[in-house]
Amino acid sequence: MSFDFLTDENRIFTNLYGQKDRSLKAVKARGHWDGTADILGKGRDWIVQEMKDSGLRGRGGAGFPTGLKWSFMPKESDGRPHYLVVNADESEPGTCKDREIMRHDPHTLIEGCLIASFAMGAHAAYIYIRGEYVREREALQQAIDEAYEDGLIGKNASGSGFDFDCYLSHGAGAYICGEETALIESLEGKKGMPRLKPPFPANVGLYGCPSTVNNVESIAVVPTILRRGAGWFAGFGRERNAGTKVFAISGHVNNPCVVEEAMSIPFRDLIDRHCGGFRGGYENMKAVIPGGSSVPCLTNAQAKDVLMDFDALSELKSGLGTAAVIVMDESTDIIKAIWRLSKFYKHESCGQCTPCREGTGWMMRVMDRLVEGRAAVEEIDMLLEVTKQVEGHTICALGDAAAWPIQGLIRNFRDEIEERIKALDTGRVTAAVAAE
Amino acid sequence: MSTRRLAADRLQPDNFAFSSDNAEWVKTQIAKFPEGRQASAVIPLLWRAQEQEGWVTRAAIEEIARILDMPTIRVLEVATFYFMFQLAPTGSNAHIQVCGTTPCMLCGAESLVAVCEKLIGPAHTVSTDGKLSWEEVECLGACANAPMAQIDSWVKGGFHSDYYEDLDEAGFAKTIEAFRAGEYPKPGSQKGRFASEPLGNQTSLITDHAEPHNAAVATAIAEGASA
Repeated sequence: MSFDFLTDENRIFTNLYGQKDRSLKAVKARGHWDGTADILGKGRDWIVQEMKDSGLRGRGGAGFPTGLKWSFMPKESDGRPHYLVVNADESEPGTCKDREIMRHDPHTLIEGCLIASFAMGAHAAYIYIRGEYVREREALQQAIDEAYEDGLIGKNASGSGFDFDCYLSHGAGAYICGEETALIESLEGKKGMPRLKPPFPANVGLYGCPSTVNNVESIAVVPTILRRGAGWFAGFGRERNAGTKVFAISGHVNNPCVVEEAMSIPFRDLIDRHCGGFRGGYENMKAVIPGGSSVPCLTNAQAKDVLMDFDALSELKSGLGTAAVIVMDESTDIIKAIWRLSKFYKHESCGQCTPCREGTGWMMRVMDRLVEGRAAVEEIDMLLEVTKQVEGHTICALGDAAAWPIQGLIRNFRDEIEERIKALDTGRVTAAVAAE
Repeated sequence: MSTRRLAADRLQPDNFAFSSDNAEWVKTQIAKFPEGRQASAVIPLLWRAQEQEGWVTRAAIEEIARILDMPTIRVLEVATFYFMFQLAPTGSNAHIQVCGTTPCMLCGAESLVAVCEKLIGPAHTVSTDGKLSWEEVECLGACANAPMAQIDSWVKGGFHSDYYEDLDEAGFAKTIEAFRAGEYPKPGSQKGRFASEPLGNQTSLITDHAEPHNAAVATAIAEGASA
């Protein structure tokens, strides 16, 4: 049975590429900001329940149910304000989806901020965008300004009687700020070092107040879900993997792209339909990182028939992550590809926890040598052991994220690492003999 | 993590002040945050100082600490923690940041690094003519348009920060030389894509183009980039 591809009528992001008229008037004509006050009029409980029923799982990588997360916020304020914080610090290697939302469909995010904030009793939302996204920041700020001028947000937002402010701030180049508590620290004007949890942000978040941190895409899909109904959204993808999803495909496909598709799309359907197929055919495919740099890579055999959703990928000990699909053909030096990720994590460790600060450097240095084959075979297991000692022993998940790609490499491509070591060994012997 | 320190004293100017336009802008940033939470504006202010001066000087750090009523050490630790803050002078026309992380590496980022080494010199040093500098940076989040580079520039009478995407060596070399000559080449895809749609065979949201450029390129052109 062939896959039921998503049609434009069911795409939430109607201007993902920015080709259509980007003016507010045209945005409204495409259905955004339609009946926003009516949605708020249905009340907080209805909105949260509808989000739970939609099956939306967070789009920032962890896949935690969004509606459930919202329900952790206190029902009544104890005097402290509540905040929605939007994580727009898109920095996971391979991930470039929120960028398209913010520069080309920013009103989906702003309307989502209003609705989500209302549902959590927050009168202000802070969007924290990565510093490098300068043009995206400008486009988003322009849309926020338009929304204020049009009365969509601000006092009596959209005529709902609810007051709501939306502020945009930014980082300055630190991957760690994508971790929700590091983001809050950064937004408070500090170094982006993750906080110990508990307390969780829903109790003690931004400025010590109840806060919820959500990914851009998670918030931007909210208005359409509520307009079209939880059942509509839940109708895409398999059970527990509901909805549409913005995929970003990079690497060795014929046409890399960002595209919104239905969840649970088979890997090859995604590549064949939207990316013009795999470069040199699937027999030429070596490995796939299916969800951004932090998830373990898959082999050709694992990837070619997998469904692109949370559960199918976690069954293969990988993950959907941010749905950033990095594909590699047979010409790829897979050891080097993973080494470059080790270098990334070493660079981005905030240095707060010793296992991560020291471990990421240690892992990178061993990977340096594995790329050249300048190691002993026994060191492969030693490296694996070190990844296990970093994993789970740090405040945040950066340590885990640094460990998993290496674990995936060793699990799936150990032969190749050993061969390279042996090849160099053989070469050494030959060179020594030659010198005599 | 890596150790980042301020530039040597001999490079540090004696003082720093925001231009009058920027001083007005600073007030709007502080106003975004609740009373007493003005420290939240520290990253935007440091970034604006860098836009103005080309790098973050010790004097700027001290002035921003004064404006935000923060201990200087708190601003200093922010300036040294975040990698986008340049703690030493950069090229007067442009500072080029080549994305080197795996998705870009798979698509040829290493050859772009070689172009920079050839045309500009070693990373983190200013070219002999003073016009250009470069570095390799971590994932810039434009992976479907790999390989790519972010170029911060001070040409055409202002500061600009743009993504140059879908690069190849020859085109990238031309772009670098254009910045050296004080020009402001058109950013975005250098392979003729509008944004991040599949090249040549768009599979969704097909439309008669109502907009001439994507949002990022349109802003750059409004700032003087060649169309």
